[in-house]
Formats: sequence, structure tokens, C-alpha cells
Amino acid sequence: MARQEPGLDGAIPGMSVDAEIPVLTTTVEKMVQWARRSSIWPVTFGLACCAIEMMAMSCGRYDIARFGAEVFRGSPRQSDLMIVAGRLSRKMAPALRRIYDQMPEPKWVISMGACASIGGVFDNYAIVQGVDQVVPVDVFVPGCPPRPESLIYGIVQLQRKISSRKPV
Amino acid sequence: MEAQALEHTLREALPEVPIERLPSVDLHVSIRITPQSVAAVMPVLCRHPALGFAFLADVTGVDFWPREPRFEVVYTLVSIEHRHRLRVRVGLDDNDPHLPSVSGVWPAATWLEREVWDLFGIAFDGHPDPRRLLLPDDWEGHPLRKDYPVQIRMKPQTAEPMQVTAEEFRANVARDRLVRKH
Repeated sequence: MARQEPGLDGAIPGMSVDAEIPVLTTTVEKMVQWARRSSIWPVTFGLACCAIEMMAMSCGRYDIARFGAEVFRGSPRQSDLMIVAGRLSRKMAPALRRIYDQMPEPKWVISMGACASIGGVFDNYAIVQGVDQVVPVDVFVPGCPPRPESLIYGIVQLQRKISSRKPV
Repeated sequence: MEAQALEHTLREALPEVPIERLPSVDLHVSIRITPQSVAAVMPVLCRHPALGFAFLADVTGVDFWPREPRFEVVYTLVSIEHRHRLRVRVGLDDNDPHLPSVSGVWPAATWLEREVWDLFGIAFDGHPDPRRLLLPDDWEGHPLRKDYPVQIRMKPQTAEPMQVTAEEFRANVARDRLVRKH
């Protein structure tokens, strides 16, 4: 009689359980996507008050560990995601770009909050009016500052984006 | 020291300098001196035994445009020994505003004067390192002036020039290796 393992089928999209032998089958592509989106390690890059909400998101109450993104790395070499949390001044822009360039591929960027996305209330000479002028942005999270739930939603959107793209 | 006594000591210590006592909203004494007397006054304020303003708390600028004199540089001095404060204000004209640097008296003045130069365009003669402090080195204009267009749009810089040359970098690495060996 075949072994029944209810619930496992479909736990990972594209993965199926063979009823006779305990083996999972999938494609390499789906496996890579699954691995990438389940361990998005952000680089510690807090620029302003949005960083407080980002910290709240990584702590116990909101617990981004549920989505595999809780390991904030101090080194860009170990990071996959840059959350630009706060207003970016013109003097900081070369430093942000350098950290982005130091991150290994594949890498993603979330622009968190109104200031990072469009300059926010700082419509002046000192603040870059949107970090997409400096680095390519994958997800914009609105809010001033966004609540941790919003940022978690942004990370989930990024996970969707990663699983919908073919890994190179 | 009481405000009256401090003013008296100031006038006694600097008999030849015209000192104007200004009204002040707080308890601290506020005086105005001429730009020409800054170089003579500041060392006395720092080293006079009864004044003893050994701590320069702040140097900042004010733009009163379109009033004349347009600029004012404000020095906030503190005497930790005598527990009193003094605010020294110096008026400056719009045409080539400059003052002698006080970084020889208080080394803390270097960055503060760089900031005033950066944001107000007030030059400090004899400054050891007269670069901008907050804005990029190639910036044009001085943003805290009242006639500066605040909401200008410019492409952000994404790279900055190398801080060291290739030769300097190699020399640093070689020196580091030597240190580690010993």
C-alpha cells in the first residue's frame, strides 16, 4: 500500500511528492528561487527614523525571521538586500552607491518611506529626491515612516518578485 | 560672575577696543565688536585670568539679508573655571566677508569655521584647512544665505574621487606589513 503524506504536496510551489518513494522532485530553477527568496539577508543601512521601524520589524514582535530575512549583516559582502531606510543626503549618495556595488549578485533594494522614495518633506538642495537616482530600486514602501507591517509587506512583494523571475 | 561685573572686567581688560553691550533675551552677556578687533580680542578673552574663556562652545553665522551689515558671526564662549558665558557678535558686510581665524586660540574653531565658510561663505583668514565641511567639495554657492535657491534640482553624485593615490595605497600596505612583522 502506498504511503500517504497529506499536506506536503504543494508546500513548495512546483514540488510534488511521489507516493511510492519518499523523494521530492522539482526543477533547479524553482529550487534556486526558493532558496533565494527564503533567506534575504539585509545589510544594516539605517539612515534616519525609518531605521527605527526597520529595527522593530526585525525584533520579536513583528519578527521578520518568519520570512527568513532577520539576519542583518554588518558587511555588504554577506548581504542580499539593501533597505534604504531614511532620507539620503547628497553627501551620503556616493557611500550608498559604494555599499551597493560591494554587495554580491543577486542583490535587491527596497526604498523605505517617503524620503527615500521621493524626498518626502525635504524638498531641498541637501537631500536626494529619490534613491532610484543612485541605485536601482525593486520595491518602494510608502509611509512616513512605514509601519513594520508595511515593510514586511514590501519584503513579501520582493519575495514574489524573486520567485517570478528566472534565476540567471 | 554677574553680568555687570563681567562687562566691567571686559572693558578693563580691553581698554582700547570698542565694545558694545547688546540686549540679551537670556542671562548671558552679549557684546558686539568690530571685525578689525577680533584678532586682538580673542586671545585676551581666552587667556585673561579673570575672564578665562578657555572653551569655545560654538561659532555660527547669521544672514540678516537685506539688512546692512548683512552677516553676523557669533562666538559662544564658556569659562568652565569661572562658570560664565559670553556671546561675541561681529557684523560683516556683504562685499567679501572675511574674518581672521581664531583656530590659533581655540583649536576647536577649525571645524566650526569650516562650517560657517561652507554654509555662509564667510572666509576665515589664516585657517589651516579651509575646505568645505558639510557639502561636497565641488559645490557652488553657500546654502544658508537667504538669497540661495533652496529647492534646486541637481543630479546626485554617485562616486567620489579616490582619497589616496595608487602609490600612497601601496606605501600604506607596505608600512602595514612592516608593523605586523614586528
